[in-house]
Amino acid sequence: MSLLPIDSLILAASLWLAIGLGGLFAPRNRRYVSRILFPLGAIVGLAVGFVGLVSLGSPVETATLAIGLPTLPFHLRLDNLAAVFVLLLGFAAAGISTYAAGYFRQGEGMTPGVLNLEYHLFLASMLMVLLADDAYAFMVAWETMALSSFFLVTTDHRHEEIRRAGYLYLLVAHVGAIAILLSFGVMTGGAGDYTFAGMRAQHLSPFWGSVAFLLALFGFGAKAGLLPVHVWLPEAHPAAPSPVSALMSGVMLKTAIYGLLRVSLDLVGTTLWWWGVVALAAGLLTALFGVLYATVQSDMKRLLAYSSIENIGLLVVGIGLTLLFHSYEMEALAALSLTAVLYHCLAHAGFKSLLFLCTGSVLHATSQRSLGKLGGLIGPMPWVAWLALGGVIAGAGLPPLSGFVSEWLLLQAFLFSPGLPHSWLNMIVPAAAAAVALTAALAGFALVKFYGIIFLGQMREPALKDAHDAGPFEKTGLLWLAGLTLALGMLPGTLILRLDAATRQLLGKGLAERVVETGWWLLAPISPERASYAPVLFLLTIVATLLFGRWIVRTLYHGRVRRGPAWDCGYHFQGPRAQDTAEGFSQPIRRIFGPMFRMTRHFPSIRDRQPIYTVKVEDHFWYWLYLPIARVAGAVSSLITRLQGGRIAVYLMYSFVTLILLLLVARP
Amino acid sequence: MISLTGVLGQLFAIALALLLAPLLTGWVNQCRAWLQNRAAPPLLQPYYTLHKLFHKDVVLAHNASALFRFAPFIIFGCMVLACAIIPSLSTDLPFAPAADALALVGVFGLARVFIALAGMDVGTSFGTLGGRREMLIGFLAEPALLMVIFTMAMIAQSTSVATIVETLAHRELVIYPSIAFAGIAFTMVSFAENARVPVDNPATHLELTMIHEAMILEYSGRHLALLEWAASLKLYAYSCLGLALFFPWGIAERDNFLALIAALPVLLVKLVIGGALVALLETINAKMRIFRAPEFLGTAFLLAVLGLLVRLLLESRV
Repeated sequence: MSLLPIDSLILAASLWLAIGLGGLFAPRNRRYVSRILFPLGAIVGLAVGFVGLVSLGSPVETATLAIGLPTLPFHLRLDNLAAVFVLLLGFAAAGISTYAAGYFRQGEGMTPGVLNLEYHLFLASMLMVLLADDAYAFMVAWETMALSSFFLVTTDHRHEEIRRAGYLYLLVAHVGAIAILLSFGVMTGGAGDYTFAGMRAQHLSPFWGSVAFLLALFGFGAKAGLLPVHVWLPEAHPAAPSPVSALMSGVMLKTAIYGLLRVSLDLVGTTLWWWGVVALAAGLLTALFGVLYATVQSDMKRLLAYSSIENIGLLVVGIGLTLLFHSYEMEALAALSLTAVLYHCLAHAGFKSLLFLCTGSVLHATSQRSLGKLGGLIGPMPWVAWLALGGVIAGAGLPPLSGFVSEWLLLQAFLFSPGLPHSWLNMIVPAAAAAVALTAALAGFALVKFYGIIFLGQMREPALKDAHDAGPFEKTGLLWLAGLTLALGMLPGTLILRLDAATRQLLGKGLAERVVETGWWLLAPISPERASYAPVLFLLTIVATLLFGRWIVRTLYHGRVRRGPAWDCGYHFQGPRAQDTAEGFSQPIRRIFGPMFRMTRHFPSIRDRQPIYTVKVEDHFWYWLYLPIARVAGAVSSLITRLQGGRIAVYLMYSFVTLILLLLVARP
Repeated sequence: MISLTGVLGQLFAIALALLLAPLLTGWVNQCRAWLQNRAAPPLLQPYYTLHKLFHKDVVLAHNASALFRFAPFIIFGCMVLACAIIPSLSTDLPFAPAADALALVGVFGLARVFIALAGMDVGTSFGTLGGRREMLIGFLAEPALLMVIFTMAMIAQSTSVATIVETLAHRELVIYPSIAFAGIAFTMVSFAENARVPVDNPATHLELTMIHEAMILEYSGRHLALLEWAASLKLYAYSCLGLALFFPWGIAERDNFLALIAALPVLLVKLVIGGALVALLETINAKMRIFRAPEFLGTAFLLAVLGLLVRLLLESRV
């Protein structure tokens, strides 16, 4: 009997569950949990990734799992769209689990066995989200994912702020889940068939289709961190242990993107052009907001969390563009932007997980999360520093690594938008392209700040000298993710050939023919005359110049090096305090984009004996949206408490009045 | 598709860039000195400086990391690649498919990130200051440059620089308003990107103003030579890009050997005029405060977007 891909994925999910449960035999034995169970989980992840890769392009498979209610089994389905995300989940989880094997330490938060259970439950539930083929299975998996990740976020539950972050996350996740559930409800069209096949068969009117789409955008947006329901992300990511942050940012946010793609391109059936505009606008605002806030953060994990918001924004921009093209039946261009979206999902999963894991190593080595207390770590931690550099280059969207490919594809898609029939759409689109360009450039600023302040310069605290590099498991995990980032940057043609199956399934068009025609080394989505990018040639030229230049300089001249104190224009007070702080580095941004931030600052006066400068940057949305809502909720609940006076006579009167009212209303 | 003449032409273009770039810098410096009533340095001064610097020992700060030593080579490599894909003499460039105009912006971005990181590496006050300011200029200039390229790409229906040049060289001499907007924006961006006067001043080490010089303050010997050379190459690349986008006439096309021979003097004449104009613009402008730079580059960005809008709304049927 041969094992079908979907069966092997169900097997993988059960294996993850079994590994999770396996930790309960010896929940306090950290060595057993981290040295045996986590690597096993990583192997399963690797297998899942390969299954995803293999099943791209193979026919759709379905399965029915008789769990749950008697008449309501789980319908599962593995199609090409799901396969892309299965691939992402598997390969990212392989690296993160390997890293986690060396990461979790004694005495940090919860018992290792319990942590292990939640971690693998989280992985299994994400896999089930991708495979689910009916609303029931989807929501069960989705909620399991939310709950298990909630417990993972609150691993270190002894801290008040971490509990608060977890609570906020849970709250937003559930508001989002309600919207998703409602969206599914609308898509059944009242037929009561909650399988996805049933939803596809429905032909919704434009109104109800729009309702379903907007609910899905809100619901999945809440999970992904779309404005204005992004507030949980910068709280939850820093609170969670680094492998969990990596998993949440790299993989879990992508399940929301998957859900949005699934609903908008597959289940709803119709596409209206203004959906694209809505998604485009929401994505752009999110991207710009995320990147601006990323630049001004002083906590390294918060900085990355805001950068994830930015990337989610870019993904939603891509989805918006896809919907726009799709609604005008310009499927080739829709396929181009959808490819950009899928590619960016994979790229972001690689580099953001890598960067989060690097912050984990830094955190362990120095016990510092604040950028202001780090610096110069490239000396004691060369492995982490050099691998993080790869993540930074990819994250800044620079060639020749992975982030650039998707950005390039997205910009190409923008370039072809003048074909759109609406003239005012033609006006929006260049503005959108300009905003995307600004976002990408600002991402470079944020990540240079991240890297420069953590790894370069002088150490800002004397204790940093004793920082140690990552251990062997951690290094392996980081190397794997860095390798993925490099491979995604170098071999776009090979991967796009695979992604073609997914775009073809959703839109009927793909980029495969172009790739086959031009060869694997050249990326030319339309034709080589119109646009092309060959990362291998690119890297080769730079490396060749580097080596040749080095050789020729050494041959013609010499290679002598002397060491001395830094020059710094002859200025000799060169303590670590003379360097920019994290706040100092982002001062230009705060100055230029001042109104975007809610700043409270304290400037020292000239007579202060101990001058203190503080700046606190907060999110406007807290004050504009959340605190008013919280106040209203508080007021409503205090009104309700008035009903509860504690006197039985009053309660009896309530029942009496209710009875009378009901009798009046329900008169025959 | 790759012809022998193409490969030879490509290698010749790279060699020419490496040779001409310091000369262009020397020419701009000379013109500037004349305009400012100073005695001009010799035209070949940049070569003498390079030669001198290559001879000198490298003095590294005690805590300089390997990144600090690699960065000049990477930046130099980026600039060579940029010069290889921008058509200067001929549009028949076998390397050109490696990177189109969008990737070209990426190449400049990569070089910028490395120079900013290298500036921060030693951890001096000036280095981080320079790195921060460079990234500030970068995130303002990069989108503007991208928008200029978008405008040109929409006219030519292609983002490949060679195709853009071929298309533009064939159009009749009509001034499109969009190209005028893009041209002004491009000029402003290239002044900022090349650390030229209204934004930065390559001739001073004044702490309040310096950007580029602040980052390379800790470099010496061959590393500094490579960075100086890379800066010249960047000026050359931007000049060639500007000439290719806005004055494409004279650049040879595929399989046109006669035009290739004629292209070299044409390029030299264009560069001489262009260099003199750069010096003139630098002289008549005053260096502005660093916090005026965002306004300057914001204007460039808006002009570029305006160019794109004009292209889309007014000229789409032309």
